[in-house]
Amino acid sequence: MKYLVCISKVPDTTAKISFKNEDKEFNSDGVTFIMNPTDEWYALVRALELKEASGGQVTVINVGPKDNEKFLRSAIAIGADDAVLIEANEETESYYIAKNIAKYAQENGYNFVITGKETISFNSFSLGGMIAEFMDLPFINQATQWMLNGEVSTIYKEIEGGEEVLEVTGNCVISAQKGMAEQRLANMKGIMMAKTKPLAIIPIALGEEKVQVSQYQVTPPRGNCKMFTLDQIDELVQALQSEAKVI
Amino acid sequence: MKTKTLKGGAFIIEDQDLNSFYAPEMLSEEVQQFSEMISDFVEKKVKPNFDKIDKGAHDLVVSLLKEAGELGILSASLPEEYQGLNVDFHTESIISEQVGKAHSFSVALAAHTGIGTLPILYFGNSEQKSKYLPGLGSGALLASYCLTEPGSGSDALGAKTKAVLSEDGKHYILNGQKMWITNAGFADVFIVFAQVDGDKFTGFIVEKGSEGLTLGAEEEKMGIKGSSTRMVFLENVKVPVENLLGEIGKGHKIAFNVLNIGRYKLCVMAMGGAKETFNHAVRYANERIQFKIPIAKFGAIREKIADMAISIYATESATYRTSGLIENQIQELTSNGMDKTSAKLEAAEEYSIECALLKVIGSETLDLVVDESVQIYGGMGFSEESPVARAYRDSRINRIFEGTNEINRLLGVGTLAKRAMKGELDLQSPIKAAMGDLMNMDFSEVSGDLGAEKKSIANAKKAFLIIAGGAIQKFGLEFERQQEIIMKLSDIMIDIFAAESILMRVEKKIQTSGLEGAAHDINILKVFLYEAMDRIYMKGKQAIHSSQEGDQMTMMLMGLKRFTKYESINVVETKRAIAKIYIEKQAY
Repeated sequence: MKYLVCISKVPDTTAKISFKNEDKEFNSDGVTFIMNPTDEWYALVRALELKEASGGQVTVINVGPKDNEKFLRSAIAIGADDAVLIEANEETESYYIAKNIAKYAQENGYNFVITGKETISFNSFSLGGMIAEFMDLPFINQATQWMLNGEVSTIYKEIEGGEEVLEVTGNCVISAQKGMAEQRLANMKGIMMAKTKPLAIIPIALGEEKVQVSQYQVTPPRGNCKMFTLDQIDELVQALQSEAKVI
Repeated sequence: MKTKTLKGGAFIIEDQDLNSFYAPEMLSEEVQQFSEMISDFVEKKVKPNFDKIDKGAHDLVVSLLKEAGELGILSASLPEEYQGLNVDFHTESIISEQVGKAHSFSVALAAHTGIGTLPILYFGNSEQKSKYLPGLGSGALLASYCLTEPGSGSDALGAKTKAVLSEDGKHYILNGQKMWITNAGFADVFIVFAQVDGDKFTGFIVEKGSEGLTLGAEEEKMGIKGSSTRMVFLENVKVPVENLLGEIGKGHKIAFNVLNIGRYKLCVMAMGGAKETFNHAVRYANERIQFKIPIAKFGAIREKIADMAISIYATESATYRTSGLIENQIQELTSNGMDKTSAKLEAAEEYSIECALLKVIGSETLDLVVDESVQIYGGMGFSEESPVARAYRDSRINRIFEGTNEINRLLGVGTLAKRAMKGELDLQSPIKAAMGDLMNMDFSEVSGDLGAEKKSIANAKKAFLIIAGGAIQKFGLEFERQQEIIMKLSDIMIDIFAAESILMRVEKKIQTSGLEGAAHDINILKVFLYEAMDRIYMKGKQAIHSSQEGDQMTMMLMGLKRFTKYESINVVETKRAIAKIYIEKQAY
């Protein structure tokens, strides 16, 4: 089986978020970027586990500037066999990215395309669905487990108040979330070997950006919040009277 | 005079060629990946367990050490033939820096990979290496180092533990007590030093479970509470003769040589810990509101942030400079046909002066940072709920183990004097020249980028040389006993070493980012020098007052004053500018 795992680059979870260019552009000054956690921890690691169990090839892919090579190398260090970077501008929207990944997956005969549930930067949740549409494949969103028996995938999803178990025969696109796998750290040998594995850089092939960001807005910080438990009724009344001064 | 490679200790009399200088900004992408991976390991696996570990969960320490083994952290510096990764010295540095954030766990890991494993790597024969190194590298075997005894700490060679050859010649029988043994509770391998025939100090490999090998209770310690520290008792322990390490009577070589690298790594680890604690303090200063504004906006707090950052920057500059010197030396020795392991040992010995000074620099920087961080946290810093309380308790031991800072200060100056006496370093001529400069007024203009800084550092070296030269002349063979003066000389040496390392790092930065891009680094250099020159003057004055008299004293004091002059800067404004960068970044 051939697995294509989409790896996105996102700001570190502790990064200070600000915007520039009249709030049209994310200000990346001084921001550390990391591999998108759901791509790394769930999508990539599950693909590696399935490959380790029954053979195949795991390729990691990113659409973005040449600097993103570094994140693909990190994914290789964790265990991917090879990587592809489709060279594009920094902030590209999902439609454009999906179209290019779908084209690459189709032309190179991948059985499964796996993404993380969402990127923690723009949270669009949209890439997997678009790729599936362009490839004319079924799409299973936010999967928590994925077993593979021959051609048949058994996939678990969380639904309101319970779980849904799906069976898919043949190729499909999956977005992965918590539960799918455990984070795997690259070991030092993996990092040393990563240099020697293939990483292809190919030019962008398709499409134009259809969605433009007109403005970003920062939500104002939440005000102070104080929590009381059920047995603290007296303290609550006290606080409402003397601190909040509302009763 | 510019030389391509700077010999150990020679920084005090020569300039280093900038091309051979190594700065942390030069770490390769691969080394940065190692760094991120180890940081991830510490952050995700060790940090959530800090409390449990400090409450004595040694089994957790053992399982985390084995996990570190799987990641390659324990075998990084071992040769490939023993399933090691054979990494370069910069990688070893970065491993130590990241591991240094892990409190008690870092002590367990460092004792295992350093003083526990290195004696076998450097001094074991090939059977011993094949038997132990792969296991030590994977974490299947864990090691401890038993040197100190109740009656011999700094005076390590005064150990009383005895080793007597059995009648059949097959075993040594060991009897004695060892104290403060890190990892004792779970170690499989004990490196034990004992006197053969009463006075031949010798190393042995003793295995866990040997009959007569017993342990004392866990020590109740001020800090690093999660590191297993116990006494090791040896009562007629039979150690097979094939477990004798190195040569009989050459145990001091093992004991002291592994300490050179140990001291270097202690410094790097302390620096890693200092960065982590600094980050906590800066974030807290930004969050804590008093008088309706974050306390990071107050000058008193800003100055603390600047002081901590400058101290970390100085440590980092001196550390990676030394990493570069050692790596260059390793490469030169290996290109001449020496194997990498021997080359590493020899290179660390060559730079033993720098390693001793760094041990002091790193541990004292950490102490400054944890102290000021607790202060920034205020009452919360005194609570175990804050991360800085643990940092404060854990820091203190660093000034004591791997040779106390006093021993390391003595070693810095003492080794320099020894090398001069052996003719390995020519101190005589530069001392003469500096003494000559006491009479010659220097009216030369400073010019070029950092001209004033370069001149001040060159002058500070002259100050060191006149004070050292004067004291040696006065006390002759008694110089060695003037510990108070040696302490002062070594403080001066430390300031020069750090200042010059910062200067060269800034020069490199200017080369890559221009004057504007290096503005922040230049500010750090200026403040460091401004304060260091005052410190040098004060220590120098005390040393001269205590060793000279009459005209000679007057002349040297005047010279000292001239040699420790540096330009006036607005130190408050400059420190504010420095602090601002870190407050905005919320991290070092």
